[in-house]
Amino acid sequence: MNKTATPTATVSTDKLQHPMSDLLRMDRMPHIWCSSCGLGTGLTCFIMALRESGIDENDVAVVSGIGCTGRVAGYLNLDSFHTTHGRAIPFATGLALANPKLRVVVYSGDGDIVAIGGNHFIHSARRNMDIMVIVVNNFTYGMTGGQAGPTTPVTAKATTAPYGCFEYPFNVPYLAMAAGASYVARWTSLHMRRLKNSMAEALPKRGFRVIEIICPCPTAFARKNRLGTGLDLLKFYHDNSIIKHGADPKEADIGMSNKIICGKFVDEERPTFRDFLTQNVHEKLGG
Amino acid sequence: MAEDRRVLTGEHFLSGDHACAEGGMAAGCMFFGGYPITPSTEIAERMSERLPEVGGIFIQMEDELASMNSILGASWGGWKSMTCTSGPGFSLMMENLGLGVVLETPTVLVNIQRGGPSTGLPTLSGQADMMQAKWGSHGDYEIIAVAPNSPQEIFDFTVKAFNLSELYRVPVLVMSDESVGHMTEKVVIPPADKLGVVSRRFTKKKPGEYLPYEFGEDEIPDMVKAGDGYRIHVTGLTHDKRGYPVIDAETQDWMVRHLINKIQKNKRKIIEVEEINMDDAEVVIVSYGISSRVAHRGMDLAREQGIKVGMLRLIVVWPFCDYIIRELAEKVKAFVTVELNFGQIALEVERCAGGKAGCYLVPHAGGDVHNPEDILEVIKEAAK
Repeated sequence: MNKTATPTATVSTDKLQHPMSDLLRMDRMPHIWCSSCGLGTGLTCFIMALRESGIDENDVAVVSGIGCTGRVAGYLNLDSFHTTHGRAIPFATGLALANPKLRVVVYSGDGDIVAIGGNHFIHSARRNMDIMVIVVNNFTYGMTGGQAGPTTPVTAKATTAPYGCFEYPFNVPYLAMAAGASYVARWTSLHMRRLKNSMAEALPKRGFRVIEIICPCPTAFARKNRLGTGLDLLKFYHDNSIIKHGADPKEADIGMSNKIICGKFVDEERPTFRDFLTQNVHEKLGG
Repeated sequence: MAEDRRVLTGEHFLSGDHACAEGGMAAGCMFFGGYPITPSTEIAERMSERLPEVGGIFIQMEDELASMNSILGASWGGWKSMTCTSGPGFSLMMENLGLGVVLETPTVLVNIQRGGPSTGLPTLSGQADMMQAKWGSHGDYEIIAVAPNSPQEIFDFTVKAFNLSELYRVPVLVMSDESVGHMTEKVVIPPADKLGVVSRRFTKKKPGEYLPYEFGEDEIPDMVKAGDGYRIHVTGLTHDKRGYPVIDAETQDWMVRHLINKIQKNKRKIIEVEEINMDDAEVVIVSYGISSRVAHRGMDLAREQGIKVGMLRLIVVWPFCDYIIRELAEKVKAFVTVELNFGQIALEVERCAGGKAGCYLVPHAGGDVHNPEDILEVIKEAAK
C-alpha cells in the first residue's frame, strides 16, 4: 500500500502546493521543457496513475536514457536513474532482476528507445522482462534541435532532412507487439484521462509493457514542418485521433496527415523471464 | 538456495576462465550479464550453470553495450555483479564503463585479451588493451585494473577485483589474456572465511539525510540500493553531491577531481606488485599477465650469464605504480618492459623513469608469447 505521507491539510495559502508535488523533485523546478511540449502532461498522467495504483512508491524505480524525455527520471521524487543514450532498458533489466520487489519503469523518447536503443527494446520485449516502457514519440530529436529520427514521418522536414524525410518510420506499437510485448497501448498527450488509466492499468501488471505517447514538439518538429503551436497540435490530435481498442497495430502507422490510431492493442499475460527462471531453474535446484 | 555451493573450497584442476568464474562466485557475485565472445565465453558458460545454484541470475544480453549496463543496474539493485568479454566486446563496453565510473558503481569487468585490432585473433593471446583499460571511455577518470598470470591468480584477483570495486566504488577490470584464460592448472580455493570478501558499505543515514555523492576524508561515498526508500537520483551528467545535474565548470571540477582523487589518494593501498631477484638488480624487467611468466625464463637465462636482473611484476596495473618506478630509476641501470603489444605499459615506465634509467621494450604483436631468447637479448643490451 501507499506508505507516502499525504500532504498536510493545514497549509497556509502562501504555501499551497500541488497535491502530488511530493512525487516530484520540486527543488529542480522549473523544468527544461518548452512551453506547450507534451512531456509535462504525460508526466502528470504518470504520477496520477502511480498514486491511483496504490503501489508503494518506495518500490518504484524509473530509468531514463538521453534526450528531452530522458530528463523525466530527474524530476521524479522516486529512485531514478538517468543513464546513457539508448541504454535505459538494459540498465533497468539488471535493476529489475537484482531486486524483484522493484516496479521498474523506463521512461524515454522515441530516438532513445527505438533508434540507438532499438536492439535493447526488441530483445527485452522478446524476453518479456518485467519492465514498463513509456515511449514519448515527438517524431524528432528535440534536445539536439530537431533532427530526423526513426519515427519521423515520410516527407516531414528535419534539420538533417532538409528535403523531407524519405525513410519509412517505425510504427512503435507494431514493433512492440511483433517483438513480444505483453501490453501495448498508444495515446496522444491530449488523451490525459485515457493515458493515465492505461498507465494505472499497466503499472501493476508484469512482463514487458509499452505505452507510446504521441507528443507535440512545438519548438523543433512543429516549427520545421509549419504545424503551428503546441495548441494547434492538440487540436490536430483532437480532430485526427481514432480510438480503436484491439486494433491491429499493423494498421497504426503514422504519416503527416493520416489518422492517429489510439487505444490498447495488446494485453496478454504470458510467462516472464523471471517466471521461467523461478520455475525452470531456481525451483529445480531446490530454492 | 544452497549457500554451500558458493565457495568450492578445495583443490581443483581448472582453466583460467573457469577459475575466474569461481572467483566471482566466491566473492559473492549474484548477477552476470554477458555476451559470448572468444576467448572469454567459458566464464559466461560456467556462471550460467553456477549462479542459479545460489539463487543468482545469469542473463545473456543482446550485445556488450547491454551487458555492461545490465551489471550496473544489478549493482544499484543491491547485488554484486560482473561481466566478461574480449577484443571488440571490450570496445563496446567502454561507453558504459564511463557510466559506471561516473555513477560510482561497484562492478567487475573481465577482459580475456586476444590479438587485435578489430576482430584480430579471436583464439590467440594479446595484451594490447592495456591503454584502452586506462583511457577507453571518453573523459577524465581513474580506473583500477589487475593482471593475473595463472588460473590460481585469476581466481584470487577476481575476488580482489570485487573487493576493490566495493572499497573504492569503481568498476574494476581484470585484464587477463587468452593464454591464462585457456591454460589449465591447479587452483586452490580457500575456505569461505579465509577469502576476505568485502561487503558493500551501505549508508547508516536515514532517507532525507543521505546524499548520494557526499563523502568524507577517504573520498568514498556510502551507497544505497534502489527500493530502500532513499529516493535517490543519479545521472551520467556532471552532478553535485545530491546527484543532481549541474552543467558548469565548477561542478565539473569538483566531480572529476573527486573521481581521480579517490583512486590517486588511495593508490598506495591499492597498488600491488611482486618483486623477484630485486636485491642486487641492475636491470629490471617490468611485466604482467602471461608475459611475466615468459619474462621469468628470460630473467633466469640472463642470471645464468651473470647479469644482475630482477623483475617487477605488476599485479595492479592501474593505477600505475609510478612512485615505485621513480624510486628504482634512481638506482638501476635500465628497465626492460615485456608485454604482448608494441609498447603500452612501456610508455608508463618511460614516463616515470624520467630519463634517469634506460628504457627498453620487448615488443610482440600477439598471437603467441615471447621467445625467452628474445627477452635475453634485450636484457643483455640493457645491461651494457
